[in-house]
Amino acid sequence: MRDFFLHTEVGSGLLTLFETLGILVPVLILMAYSTYFERKALGAFQLRLGPNRVGWFGLAQPFADAVKVFTKETIIPAGANRFLFLLAPSITFILACMAWAVIPVQNGWAVANINVGILYLFAISSLGVYGIIIAGWASNSKYAFLGAMRSAAQMVSYEVSIGFVLVSVLLCVGSLNLNDIVLAQSRHWFAFTPLFPMFIVFLISMLAETNRAPFDLPEGESEIVAGFFVEYSAMAFALFYLGEYTNMIMMSAFASILFLGGWQAPFGLTFIPGVFWLLAKISLIMFFFFWVRATFPRYRYDQLMRLGWKVFLPLSLLWLVLTAGFLEFFHMLPRSS
Amino acid sequence: MQPVLSAYFPVLVFLAVAAAIALLMVGGSLLAARQRPYPEKLSAYECGFEPFDDARRRFDVRFYLVAILFIIFDLEVAFLFPWAVSLSRIGLFGFFSMMGFLGVLTVGFIYEWRRGALEWE
Repeated sequence: MRDFFLHTEVGSGLLTLFETLGILVPVLILMAYSTYFERKALGAFQLRLGPNRVGWFGLAQPFADAVKVFTKETIIPAGANRFLFLLAPSITFILACMAWAVIPVQNGWAVANINVGILYLFAISSLGVYGIIIAGWASNSKYAFLGAMRSAAQMVSYEVSIGFVLVSVLLCVGSLNLNDIVLAQSRHWFAFTPLFPMFIVFLISMLAETNRAPFDLPEGESEIVAGFFVEYSAMAFALFYLGEYTNMIMMSAFASILFLGGWQAPFGLTFIPGVFWLLAKISLIMFFFFWVRATFPRYRYDQLMRLGWKVFLPLSLLWLVLTAGFLEFFHMLPRSS
Repeated sequence: MQPVLSAYFPVLVFLAVAAAIALLMVGGSLLAARQRPYPEKLSAYECGFEPFDDARRRFDVRFYLVAILFIIFDLEVAFLFPWAVSLSRIGLFGFFSMMGFLGVLTVGFIYEWRRGALEWE
């Protein structure tokens, strides 16, 4: 049995398939419950109860929503490009799922432990723009088109600062492998080193990258209704929704791997497996997403662009140069193999 | 398979599984739900009006400008990745050549800023 899975080609293929399902199924369940968590948290922030009717404490709400959205009519507008219209949400969803291939959930436990993991995650999160642009163009609606343009410009602007943040973490690690990045934090998590400002830049850019409040201008209800997914309904809409939340969870995992020590246990509490620590850190950052949404009003578009290009870009570039200079001249660079 | 490429095999499996889930959900919903389209339902949303004209028309040039700026800075990041990983082996020469490159780009950035390319008003 063991031989079959480890040493034959069919067996190892099947094993990879099981591992994939072992990651994706929990992620999708996590995603379903993060919508519940968000509604409960927003309810608590606004002194409401949140969903509490379906099931015990409303815990069946995500599944009720799924069934409802599944049985709705998929409307494809007459002027739309039918194939691209249905392809766009699929792209968003598929990319959000694919990113999980490289996330290490325990020492060495990544389905694809590739040596350029961080580059892969960066590339996948950049490709997210395609789903949005295609959706906006294929809908053939002015609101969708405007929303898509805005969204693309916004994601692209904040990606530059995310790139600089990644490079400054790399300087301290000397490896592009995500598992090595977590291992490098066995003594100090990077959030509690002089990289702290980069952690803040990453957290805020992450909000813009996933189009979340207060940077949710692409879907700003008050000006362009729902932005790039105005025309979407039923399951096509649900795929965008799934993709957005899976992306949020992915970015939370990314942030905890880069700055909060991934699966490393704090205070030497190593008897609890690393998976649970990673989950706890992801939940913490997800809560940050919802907390920000409940607290801050939406940004204006020129403010958003100013923050991205005139504050974060110079700040992260400066911090990158300082980090590199410090490590170089005090001979503290990691000796990479 | 070559060992380097075989490490990427799970990525393909993720792609296939995610695509299957997406197809199943959209296709299943298309089959399960009753579809009753009529012209008014299928017209593009425009605050209750009939759509005036095609939505695929000219758009603001500033979006294009942002895209150009993005390409420059993303290239910079792409150059920084290998530099950051190998900095311990390329010594002071490697360090200062990248600083020179960043200096040139920073001059360009200041120029853009002063010319108002970063203004959104």
